[in-house]
Amino acid sequence: MQDAVLAMLAKEPSHGYHLRARLRQCLGPLGESMNSGQIYVTLTRLEKAGLVVCERADGLPERPERKVYALTPAGQRRVAAWLTEVGWPKPDLAEFHLKLAAAAAARLADPVELVAAQRRELLRRLREVQQAALAEPAGSGAGLLLEGVVLRLRADLRWLDACERAWSGADDEVEGG
Amino acid sequence: MNVSDVVVRARGLVKTHGQGQSRVRAVDEVDLEVPQGQTLTVMGPSGCGKSTLLHLLGGLERPTGGEVWVAGRRVDTLSERALARMRRRSVGFVFQAFHLVEELSAAENVELPALLAGRSRRQARRCANLLLERVGLADRARHLPSQLSGGQRQRVAIARALANEPLVVLADEPTGNLDTAATLDVLRIFEELRSAGQTLVIVTHDERVAATADRLVSMRDGMFVDDTRLAASHPRGLGGLIGLGD
Repeated sequence: MQDAVLAMLAKEPSHGYHLRARLRQCLGPLGESMNSGQIYVTLTRLEKAGLVVCERADGLPERPERKVYALTPAGQRRVAAWLTEVGWPKPDLAEFHLKLAAAAAARLADPVELVAAQRRELLRRLREVQQAALAEPAGSGAGLLLEGVVLRLRADLRWLDACERAWSGADDEVEGG
Repeated sequence: MNVSDVVVRARGLVKTHGQGQSRVRAVDEVDLEVPQGQTLTVMGPSGCGKSTLLHLLGGLERPTGGEVWVAGRRVDTLSERALARMRRRSVGFVFQAFHLVEELSAAENVELPALLAGRSRRQARRCANLLLERVGLADRARHLPSQLSGGQRQRVAIARALANEPLVVLADEPTGNLDTAATLDVLRIFEELRSAGQTLVIVTHDERVAATADRLVSMRDGMFVDDTRLAASHPRGLGGLIGLGD
């Protein structure tokens, strides 16, 4: 979640409640389980880590929701690194989904390119696992495990196709609707 | 890359279908070089032009523009006769629907290309037996295609494609009509061919088939949009791949 919040700040400095609203819009029903304090916990951690700075807006100095958060240079570097990072075997679909949305919103990277990079990496892995699976004798236990890995990779690859189709036609829509 | 190592080469390849308003560029300015021993897969959605590309490379169709070279020889300008001879000698085809001759046995189907290329009946028979053994169907040599499963038929078709020791095997959706077990049998054969140094070009929309390749190109609207080397090994090994390293 930290990375997704950082990447959203790359578009523009924001209030906590605004970030939360964007996250919930992106995640739809999946975002409903996020409680209202979670975004502030994340922002405080990011601030301590030196990745964001917090400025109080003029006029209402003591109201916490008037805080405006912005990326530090270190935060910007972390966002750039996160965008190009490929995550598997613990594929966090929500994280990847937010990555595409944030990249498009801040015009940091082309979501279609991010999908292509992820696909290349998964195909390399699929190749390696499949070669191992083909080399296993029929009925081997390891073969069964490898088959499971192959099926998961294929499911992820199909979802990436759907992502590519959605983002190929979404040049003018930010946040993926 | 040494030019003589390139088995199939395409330059500015274009193929258009239809006329006037409904004119479509099925293949749009494609450049490609397939070196000896490479397994290349072409992936893309239906209608992206990948089958047309394969037909152009194998001389089954002629391009609207551009050039095709097979083993250092330009083939798109050949006469029909010379083109047919080039296909027989240099290219092996594998199709989604197998395209076996239903009236002939498995062995006779595999013999056919060798006989057409002028080899003796005895040589052709011997070669067919070896090839059927190679695809695990020695005991099905006398069966008619209708007596074989889909996977077995495709393995016969692969044996037939290899009959004249082609420079390149071109396969168009080779597992498109097969179930999982039969797909694995075919993938195993491709993997063996790959390790034996056979040059292969496979068109597919099955990620599983695509992942057998050394190199994968993605095609959209007649053009290549991505070109990936798959042969890199994962630094953490197989265990790392499934999270055992964490």
